[in-house]
Amino acid sequence: MPETALEIKNLKKTYPGNVEALKGIDLEIKKGDFFALLGPNGAGKTTTINIIISLVNKTSGTVKVFGHDIDTHLNEAKRLIGIVPQEFNFSIFEKVFDIVVQQAGYYGIPKKIAKERAEKYLKQLGLWEKKNTSAQRLSGGLKRRLMIARALVHEPQLLILDEPTAGVDIEIRRHMWKFISDLNTQGRTIILTTHYLEEAENLCRSIAIIDKGRIIENTSMKNFLRSMDKEAFIFDVKEPIKQIPKLEHYDLKMLDETTLEIEISKKHSLNTLFSHFQKNNIEIVSMRRKTARLEELFMRLVNNKNER
Amino acid sequence: MNAKEQYCAFRAIVDKEVTRILRIWMQTLLPSAITMTLYFIIFGKFIGSQVRDINGFSYMQFIVPGIIMLSVITNSFTNVVSAFFSAKFQKSIEELLVSPTPNYIIILGYAAGGVFRGLLVGIIVLLVSLLFFTQLHIYNLAIVIAFILLTSIVFSLGGLLNAIFAKRFDDIAIVPTFVLMPLTYLGGVFYSIKLLPEFWQAVSLFNPILYMVNGFRYGFLGISDINIWIGLGMLIIFAVILFYANLYLIKKGVGLRA
Repeated sequence: MPETALEIKNLKKTYPGNVEALKGIDLEIKKGDFFALLGPNGAGKTTTINIIISLVNKTSGTVKVFGHDIDTHLNEAKRLIGIVPQEFNFSIFEKVFDIVVQQAGYYGIPKKIAKERAEKYLKQLGLWEKKNTSAQRLSGGLKRRLMIARALVHEPQLLILDEPTAGVDIEIRRHMWKFISDLNTQGRTIILTTHYLEEAENLCRSIAIIDKGRIIENTSMKNFLRSMDKEAFIFDVKEPIKQIPKLEHYDLKMLDETTLEIEISKKHSLNTLFSHFQKNNIEIVSMRRKTARLEELFMRLVNNKNER
Repeated sequence: MNAKEQYCAFRAIVDKEVTRILRIWMQTLLPSAITMTLYFIIFGKFIGSQVRDINGFSYMQFIVPGIIMLSVITNSFTNVVSAFFSAKFQKSIEELLVSPTPNYIIILGYAAGGVFRGLLVGIIVLLVSLLFFTQLHIYNLAIVIAFILLTSIVFSLGGLLNAIFAKRFDDIAIVPTFVLMPLTYLGGVFYSIKLLPEFWQAVSLFNPILYMVNGFRYGFLGISDINIWIGLGMLIIFAVILFYANLYLIKKGVGLRA
């Protein structure tokens, strides 16, 4: 199998009414990668995904899945992809088990094997107890898990998750993170779009940011986070402060009399900051990042591009 | 996909449809049985008893094949148009579109679902007529099977075509209400066109359903207002045209892909 899971070149999509959703994007995702495709609403993430899975016809450009061009070898490409879409797209009146078994049938998998696999994935995703429940009776989180089981039943090499944890409570979200991470560890290539940037930061090794139909960043998560030159922290102090202390090199705001917000550049260490606190007799009881690092960078990048 | 895999995909679509039809039998099977029973009572018993025999057959015997055909046409069409449009509406059609299932298997699968419901309702109506209303002898079984099967296929494929173009639920009711219903009622279900003035007899010959109803009636009674071979040929041509029209539209992604 080729080392490149997905190769996109100069992909363009213009919808009727001359709406340019994609203005020529290039992407290369390595086999086994855990890839975050991020961008604001309407940036072109779902259009890109829908072209890959052939739900949207592209205007121009090429898409290859493990070397299979979707123009010439669409069915070979389809077999290798599993999709968990943003919106629920199963028949709500059908039973959980039937939905997964039918999907396997659409990939040409005999019923006996389809049933075995449906059982395996429904058990792994904690849905086996609900196998005879009609899909409409599932909670939002369970519906998302059902779509993951359905996407896995033909055992694809590339799993695309389009906002899989949207509207899901934290417990189920964490269970899903663990499950998806394990899939990646087992060798599956994963593409994730999400609005929870903490999720992308924790799970993904590579990142691309798409905005207004163009890729504006495409690098490893490590490099991307390294590019952050400043970080804002929140400090909770023990005794109320009357006056804002003056700390050289640090941009400081007082949120209330026991909370400080300080922006720290990479040039200055936290040690120096703490020594300043000590000098000023300020006792710190806790500290935390103001926002997730990725969120901070994402906002800066998207806002910078928009200002240009 | 090899032949075995294609068969698995076809079975998956058919199983899904058959399960759905049987699960909601109160909506899919029962209404036609009740409506057609009312037709037998009102037209066959009450009015039919005042009508003289047609070509040596009682009026009840004359209308039974037409009423069976009426239920087969309506149910085959309605099944596919509603199943496929619902799948579009709920987006569950994407399950098929992202899979390697060939387009022609999608068409055959949905058409098979329509044929299953059409024939099942046809059998129920036939049993109701035989148990409670009349006796029927089959004149030519091969003709009966050929006409009922081809008609069911044609209207299933027609339902699919309608569903592909439909954008709203209203769009799936237009053809059955404003096209199928009038053509079926004017297609010789309740009368022989020989009873009509010459002008209307000529006009009736442009109604394709007339050929289906008469061909099917010929299979039971051995009488027909038209040449049944023309009817059979017409059904085969319609089936081929509709199949390829659906294939072309699904390949182009009309109503399915942006």
